[in-house]
Amino acid sequence: MRHLPRTPAGIAGTLLVALMVILAIAGPLIWGAEAERIDSAAILQGTSAAHPLGTDNLGRDILARVLVAGRLSLALAMIATLIGATAGVILGALPSVLPRRAARLVTGTVNALVAFPGLLLAMFTAVIAGLGARGAVLGIGAAVAPGFARLTQTLAASVAGADYVAVARMLGVSRWRVMTRHVLPNIAEPLILHLTQALGGALLALAGMSFLGLGVQPPSFDWGRLLFDGFARIYATPAVALGPAAAIALAGIGFNLLGDVLARAASRRATPAGAAAGRAVPEAGELGEPDPDAVLEVRDLTVTFPGGVTPVRGLSLTIAPGEIVGLVGESGSGKSLTASAIGGLVPYPGEVSAGRLRLCGADVRELPEAECRRLLGTSLAMVFQDPMAALNPALKVGGQLAEVATVHQGASRADAFARAVDRLEHVRIPEPATRARQHPHELSGGMRQRAVIAMGLMGAPRLIIADEPTTALDVTVQREILRLLREVTDETGAATLFISHDIAVIGELCHRVVVMYAGRVVEELPVEELASGAAHPYTRALVASLPDMETDRSLPLASIPGRQPSPAEVPDGCAFADRCELASAKCAELPPLIPYRAGHRVACWEAK
Amino acid sequence: MAESLRPSAAGPSAEGGRAGRALGRALGRVRSGFVLRRAVRFVVSLGVLLVASFAMMHLIPGDPVRASLGPAAPAELVTARRAALGLDEPILSQLLSYVSNVFRGDFGTSFLSGEPVREIIASRLPNTLGLALLATVVALLVAVPLGMWAAIRTENGRNRGTEVTFTSATGAAIAVPEFLYSIALVTVFAIGLRWFPPAGKAGPVSYVLPILSLAISPTAMIARICRVETLRELGMDYVRLARAKRLPAARLYFRHVLPNTLTATLTVGGMLLAALIAGSVLVEYVFAWPGLGLRVVESITQKDYPVAQGVILVYGAIVLVVNLLVDLLLGVLDPTSKLKET
Repeated sequence: MRHLPRTPAGIAGTLLVALMVILAIAGPLIWGAEAERIDSAAILQGTSAAHPLGTDNLGRDILARVLVAGRLSLALAMIATLIGATAGVILGALPSVLPRRAARLVTGTVNALVAFPGLLLAMFTAVIAGLGARGAVLGIGAAVAPGFARLTQTLAASVAGADYVAVARMLGVSRWRVMTRHVLPNIAEPLILHLTQALGGALLALAGMSFLGLGVQPPSFDWGRLLFDGFARIYATPAVALGPAAAIALAGIGFNLLGDVLARAASRRATPAGAAAGRAVPEAGELGEPDPDAVLEVRDLTVTFPGGVTPVRGLSLTIAPGEIVGLVGESGSGKSLTASAIGGLVPYPGEVSAGRLRLCGADVRELPEAECRRLLGTSLAMVFQDPMAALNPALKVGGQLAEVATVHQGASRADAFARAVDRLEHVRIPEPATRARQHPHELSGGMRQRAVIAMGLMGAPRLIIADEPTTALDVTVQREILRLLREVTDETGAATLFISHDIAVIGELCHRVVVMYAGRVVEELPVEELASGAAHPYTRALVASLPDMETDRSLPLASIPGRQPSPAEVPDGCAFADRCELASAKCAELPPLIPYRAGHRVACWEAK
Repeated sequence: MAESLRPSAAGPSAEGGRAGRALGRALGRVRSGFVLRRAVRFVVSLGVLLVASFAMMHLIPGDPVRASLGPAAPAELVTARRAALGLDEPILSQLLSYVSNVFRGDFGTSFLSGEPVREIIASRLPNTLGLALLATVVALLVAVPLGMWAAIRTENGRNRGTEVTFTSATGAAIAVPEFLYSIALVTVFAIGLRWFPPAGKAGPVSYVLPILSLAISPTAMIARICRVETLRELGMDYVRLARAKRLPAARLYFRHVLPNTLTATLTVGGMLLAALIAGSVLVEYVFAWPGLGLRVVESITQKDYPVAQGVILVYGAIVLVVNLLVDLLLGVLDPTSKLKET
């Protein structure tokens, strides 16, 4: 409650509730006499200067009565809420202290009651207790209780696993004592939060009962009762009903907004404030002539997020047809965002800029919208990490494949489906016609990833971007998927950009390796040189961290000390300098990516 | 997960494959005891409801017959009425005959008009149900597109203005109770503009205002849920993949996202239907709608206990049936539903 967000809704809610409380305290003191003064000369009047909301059947001023009635409305709602909260918390705590069978009975009862509308319970008690505030308050209280019981139960269950509860249990503290001493104090805050919302609900429900004539009876009056009286005259003088109606509406809105805001503040307290500001460093360089043969040509690709977070910094990459390029780096090095940027899928509010971004010889950013959709939809295939998440669980596998053909190639549904089955067969899914008519959850993980690859083969892929496609699969399935990817590349002549943090897999599959660190390319080399010819200290450390046949298994795995800087705090110089054994004063300046040997470039001042 | 529930009978035939699988899944649920547990819970709840309804008459302090007829009624009349109601018999045999009467459709007769309560219910229940169902349909039809639209516009925190407007507007709409909407609508559109009749049930036009009053809050609530659900789905990989396929927006949102948000939306829709049935009592009162709600209010104020008892029982039974149906529907629709464990 200390951190009320200053949103318009929060301010409005706080103000409205404060107004209601002040009204409840001061209203009867100021307007009490006015509200009771009978004036036989001014019976059943409409709006006038003396009586802005008119008068009732005894000539009493309705505005004054509305202002006075706030106290009773609020007081009754509070009583009902307290009754409900007390009963609910006890009911919700019971399952933790009762024997199992009785606990299940209580839980079942609570579950059944939660779904039961409060007004029905209130009518039930109104019949028994007779018309009047007492019956209504009891009924609304009974209606509030199940919500509290459910909440207490859920919260208590979440606390019950905590260490201090386990310790208390072990020490032989009685269950009831554990509940009252250890559990309840720790779940008090959400319960108090729920109190605000329950209070608003109780106020509206009580107003409803009084409005039906089942709640507060004369000569007492709350807002609902005033509305009951006013409603009878609504055809002649609508103003007399609008006063109490507005009061009820404002109270309802006030409590609801405040409850919302409090709940949101409570859930937000755990998350820290925005990331530290940094600077975007766009790196303009010589563009040169576009390479007409390249499938993908990217120059100076930069992805920026607000607040100076720049996960990808001036990345350049060229991929030739049939080539498999591995993009390797730790998580957070910007490799997946690079893939998203090439596919035009960077999520808002990320911004992509590039000196050049050409796919299949056309600049993606200059193509007309429709043509760009078709190009990316048919020439670019994407494969993601988790095949379960990448397939829509609600749609059949075949339909998800077929829609590429119907949408982009104008195929008929039957033709598209036939092609989908053919493609599924192509990636060696057994019984493709049956599988095409199944939902994703009926396929195994490996089969799902095959289906996603088959989806990419629906068009005529020129570039396949595979973002950690084997990480979520087990090792034997991994091999099959890797083999499939290589076959597909050989067969279609498409290029593949294979993204992974696993340098072993990259070494096995790819022709060329691009190593990323903190958003920049630090080295680019043919795969043959990876094992012994790497020039950048980071690449060498990555390779060294791999166990091989000669590794002494009794020693701990070699790993790189330190941690990659986050995208918001990348230094101006070499980002790896902090972790580098070779670092010198020169490393405070950014090393350019320069040719090292044939087909091998490196960004390091100390590379020999 | 759902592997063990996969029906062995789901063959490759395209025709009837879907229905066959749905049926197979439903049968799987029977085997897993889900339907059985739900059925048991329903029967137990219904039993509790019957006992509570019976007890209602006996919990009334003093003599309900005397209370109903008033202090001036002759003693012979009170005695005769008590005997007719069987109030002097042992309590257990009263309960048994009450339950057996209810199952034979005999809810007693009105103290005041002498009408059988069954006829009152039969003539008024359709009006109440019609109102509640139509309001639910209207709420779903408006809320689902509205919630999806808001989600798409505010994805990843863009269009902060839309988000603030949407949450404040729905928050306010949820906070105002349906009887205030009724009064406001009557004042503006029936008394002020005279576009719609202010009360009574006469033709399709008379449905407009009651349905609107009932539907506004649920619409706001479902739209909120729908927005949250859609936002969650938009963050999933299959949406990224569908976007990578460059599907047209309509196909992406309606074919791919919508089916995945429907489960949660329908759950809330079903729960709201139960709340809406109770809310209809107030709306019926404002519009003098000839439904059960208006009648139960009259019967409570006039101490016509058999009518109040019968109608409240019917309301409770409707709520139980709606909840049961929603649970079962979800169990069949969503193979991964967590419900089946409870």
